[in-house]
Amino acid sequence: MKKAVIIGAGMTPVGEHWKLSLRDLAVEALLKAMDDAGVDKVDSLYVGNMVSGPFVEQENLGALIADWAGLGNIPAVKIEAACASGGAAVQEGVKAVLSGLEDVVAVVGVEKMTDAWPSDATRYLAYAADAEWELFHGASFVALNALIMRHYMKTYGYTEEDLALFAVNAHANGAKNPYAMFKRPIKVETVLKSPYIADPLKLFDASPVCDGAAAVIITTPEKAEELGVPKEKWVEVAGMARAIDTINLANREDLLTLKAAKIAAEKAYKMAGVEPKDIDFFEVHDAFTVMAALSLEALGVAKKGEGAKLAKEGQIAIDADYPIQTMGGLKARGHPVGATGVYQTVEAVLQLRGEAPNQVPDAEVGLTQNIGGTGSNITVSIFRRV
Amino acid sequence: MSRPMQVSRYWRHFREKYRLIGGKCENGHVFFPYRGVCPVCGSKNVEEYEFSGRGKVLTWTIVRNPPSGFEYYKPYPLALVQLEEGPVVLAQLTDVDPEEIHEGMEVEAVTRKVREFEEDGIILYAYKFRPVLK
Ligand SMILES: [Zn+2]
Repeated sequence: MKKAVIIGAGMTPVGEHWKLSLRDLAVEALLKAMDDAGVDKVDSLYVGNMVSGPFVEQENLGALIADWAGLGNIPAVKIEAACASGGAAVQEGVKAVLSGLEDVVAVVGVEKMTDAWPSDATRYLAYAADAEWELFHGASFVALNALIMRHYMKTYGYTEEDLALFAVNAHANGAKNPYAMFKRPIKVETVLKSPYIADPLKLFDASPVCDGAAAVIITTPEKAEELGVPKEKWVEVAGMARAIDTINLANREDLLTLKAAKIAAEKAYKMAGVEPKDIDFFEVHDAFTVMAALSLEALGVAKKGEGAKLAKEGQIAIDADYPIQTMGGLKARGHPVGATGVYQTVEAVLQLRGEAPNQVPDAEVGLTQNIGGTGSNITVSIFRRV
Repeated sequence: MSRPMQVSRYWRHFREKYRLIGGKCENGHVFFPYRGVCPVCGSKNVEEYEFSGRGKVLTWTIVRNPPSGFEYYKPYPLALVQLEEGPVVLAQLTDVDPEEIHEGMEVEAVTRKVREFEEDGIILYAYKFRPVLK
């Protein structure tokens, strides 16, 4: 079977980019990634984006971004899978390369969220829930995650303090990432003192509304060699898969199992020929603290109900057994929804090249997991140093 | 945003939203809302099934930063209610003091106003759940 390698990565800082538009951000990240790979043209472009229509009244992002980046008359489309749009776009890019139809593929994830009023942003994000049976009743995304959080705490006896540890860890790492939105450490008290936005979920249990773009360039090892890209820059896409679950949270068999993540992870591990213990770092989707806990369980890193225990035992820090959110995660780096999966990929690339600000010593294998909806659409990807 | 011409979009689901109508497949699986394919076994032999409307609070929250269109109601309690027939349904809780809400609280469905649009807009009604009276 053919192999795919990432040969270039680029991103913009995550934040409130008042002066930059969606296209500015996307083009900046894309050109940085192409420059990093040393290529000036690509065969196609995949754009990961979740809700540009409502947020900035712009769809057809494939044409927009390829046009404004000067990529010529290549094929270019937007890939949408809620907050997992970025992860899905990366996987579609990899599939294009593996199919042999395209040699050099660019993937950019972008989201511009701060042009909207906060309550409208809350509404647009909830479009990834079930419009008729969730949003209709006034459910925001935060509210749906709060329902899960309370149930998780109640079922396994965790406290708000326990879950706050995920935010503390993310901020500790984000503090050293120049591209992170929040470059400051926080304490458990900071989380606990922040206001409830949907009880028991507090402001600091949640990732911020923000803007950003990230991009990668994917090709085959043969083509990378032909292009003269030095091997130190190659990162292999070792395994990947994705799965869906019920769009409506109420219809889940078990509120506390990210079944889609579990299915995707099992396939990705198998494809890469690794087990959870072989993974040197995990970029999990901590849009809300409880999601970090559930993700660790679904990925097989922790037993069911023990995801938060891992944080309590100090096993998620950079120098521990299962480092997560090495660049700050969604919580501190920021969560420009449709771009997040590509940011995670860029971060995995930097770790595996040994260029990360919070470098995990001798990192060889890393995993990214990107959640769309309340666990309804999930991607898992495994990357390996070449 | 949502203007009166969208009446049909809401009107389609009034029966389910006023009377809690879900489905029951040939193999006895019951589910809410109604759909033509059983989410449990995939059977396409599905009949309408009207739920009793009684259930228990499985988990709940208070929405303090609602999506636009719901600002007027904030803060409001939202819950996942497990119906006595088994399926879970998401809805707002009503006629209840937030301090009293707890997991396992017995509730029953009632029809209430869920949302009001602008002056020339429509008013939406649907099920909400209140603590059982009887
Ligand atoms: Zn059935």
